[in-house]
Amino acid sequence: MKLSSQNATIAKYHMSNLTIIKPKKVFSFDDLREVWQYRELLYFFTWRDIKVRYKQTYIGIMWAVFQPFVTMVIFSIFFGILLKVPSNGVPYPIFVYTGLIFWQFFSSSLADTSNVLIANQAIVTKVYFPRLILPFSSVMTKFVDFTIAAMILFGMMLYYGYTPNLVGILVFPLLLVITFMISVGGGLILAAINVKYRDVRYVLPFFIQILLFVTPVIYPASVAEKYSWILAINPMTGVIQNARAALLGTTPINWLLISISFIVCAIILIVGIVNFKKAERHFADTI
Amino acid sequence: MTDTIIEIKNIGKKYKITHERGRYVALRDVLAGVLKAPFKFLKYKIKQVAGLEKQEDFWALKDLNLTIKKGEVVGIIGRNGAGKSTLLKILSQITPPTTGEIKIRGTVGSLLEVGTGFHPELTGRENIFLNGAILGMKRSEIARKFDEIVAFAEIEKFLDTPVKYYSSGMYVRLAFSVAAHMEPDILIVDEVLAVGDAEFQKKCMGKMQDITEKKGRTILFVSHNINAIQQLCNKSILLEKGNIVMFDTTDKVVDHYLNDTKGLNAVSEFNTNHGKDVQVSKITILNKNNTPAARIPISEDFSIKLNLEVNNDVTGVIITLQFSYQGEVVLISSISDQAEKLSDFKKGDYEVIVSVPKFLFNVGHYHFDVTVDKVFVERLDIRQYIGFEIQDINNPKTAAYNGQNLGVMASILDYKVINK
Repeated sequence: MKLSSQNATIAKYHMSNLTIIKPKKVFSFDDLREVWQYRELLYFFTWRDIKVRYKQTYIGIMWAVFQPFVTMVIFSIFFGILLKVPSNGVPYPIFVYTGLIFWQFFSSSLADTSNVLIANQAIVTKVYFPRLILPFSSVMTKFVDFTIAAMILFGMMLYYGYTPNLVGILVFPLLLVITFMISVGGGLILAAINVKYRDVRYVLPFFIQILLFVTPVIYPASVAEKYSWILAINPMTGVIQNARAALLGTTPINWLLISISFIVCAIILIVGIVNFKKAERHFADTI
Repeated sequence: MTDTIIEIKNIGKKYKITHERGRYVALRDVLAGVLKAPFKFLKYKIKQVAGLEKQEDFWALKDLNLTIKKGEVVGIIGRNGAGKSTLLKILSQITPPTTGEIKIRGTVGSLLEVGTGFHPELTGRENIFLNGAILGMKRSEIARKFDEIVAFAEIEKFLDTPVKYYSSGMYVRLAFSVAAHMEPDILIVDEVLAVGDAEFQKKCMGKMQDITEKKGRTILFVSHNINAIQQLCNKSILLEKGNIVMFDTTDKVVDHYLNDTKGLNAVSEFNTNHGKDVQVSKITILNKNNTPAARIPISEDFSIKLNLEVNNDVTGVIITLQFSYQGEVVLISSISDQAEKLSDFKKGDYEVIVSVPKFLFNVGHYHFDVTVDKVFVERLDIRQYIGFEIQDINNPKTAAYNGQNLGVMASILDYKVINK
């Protein structure tokens, strides 16, 4: 009796520590738990990318501010002053900047994530860790850039005298979550394709550029008038339009649009993760 | 059976051999192929699905069964392409097996390369944490062992210098030191001792011995350095063509391996993967008439021809041949010995011919490894254990000593006898 109970504890101990390596691995919730177990590595990868980037450029951290800021100035001159693009009644610079920082968070995450497995191939082929960590860390890195760029937005809001209402402040994190989901989800799909077809990354910048013009970044969704629902298919439309609504009060917050964006992004994220897990087992052999 | 820590059942790993030239499949080409000849593509797909289209497969491992008990230190030896690295990669979960199942009880730490994930822009201190995290250590664990790691690597003064300014020796020392301080239940090590200078290698061996002697640690160790295997491992596995031919005490396995001359090939061709920057695609041993031969008379010059496939322009490359006799290194020869500088290669195919003078090696079986390195930055390629035999033909030495061959080298030195 005593012996059997001892055996039972040994068996239990082994159960908790048991790894089974099998040919086929499809997605299970254990994968997400594993990502959580490796959260320190997620932190280290993000930390590495930020550190290295700011060490390599002379202007360092300013780069995160410089990029959207200069784009904002140029867009303001050409689209705001010269072309007189409507901006829902708020000053064009703050209108376009709000759109730009979300857009750049999304587009740079997508571009980086799609290439993350190839950029880290030395590690991917030599060490085991949940591969999902890599795309997540790319997006985290871009989120740091976003936070820095958002401080300029804060300054501009003070300058132009905008104070968001309480609902706006509560909606803002939700918009970030949506952007996060589509960046990771879309990035995961592209990353898996990119391992197999290496020319995808050359097509991507072009694709992202086109996407900028079908997203209401430089113009309000209202310019499309009765066809503006077509723009709503693009989840970033919901995010950017509602970011303006939340912070600048351009339009009332469109809950329907937020819900649609959220559902679309959640689907993209799930498809992304499942597909990535399916493709994962070939990464080390193909890279 | 509670002391079984690794249980490998019918493991197999299949690779598809592609004969296409070019680095990767481009989506452009696939799409162009579909658009240009849609019916041909359709026919091919149907055939493929129906299983009529024959694909060339290569089984790197086949039906491999193995049980390893807790606390065993097992060496894995075998020729090129025997499946050693594939086995370690499967055990490390870097690549999944095609068939079979493995049960592992405990945490696994794998060390397939030193300095994985080191970033040249980061300082020594930062890289210790980054590399430690990549190898699966917790931050608190790294912090606890930090001083020990630094002391072993002897880099105290340069902790806050980016590693790109490190000397090659410092870099390797630090990388090994981090890895040596992992403490998993099962440690998987692939040929990492072949780095650094002789003194550091000795230190690494000492550290490895410490690790193996710690109670309860299970270690799998791949090396071509038979000496290291003999020192560290009490049991060994001999792999041949993806299967285990022998699993016994190290002495017995090594003996069997060293006296086995079946693998003597004048021409060794390798599967290449276009993803790598530089690869050795073929190694040929040529006799003095430039015909491939693996058995060379001691009295004749011979040469070793390396075919290199360079897929990307690379600079600062060093090609090294390491000759060994009975598992002991007898000669290390590098392309840089002559010009005293590293070579640069542009994309394309190259042939490197290494001339070996007569009477350099004594009669017997020798093996050599070819490594292509971006010096102390990256191992670009390695091909190991190419064998050749030096034959006792026209040998003035054996004539004088009644057929005895003493010593590893056979150089004939000049003797001047002066009567005073």
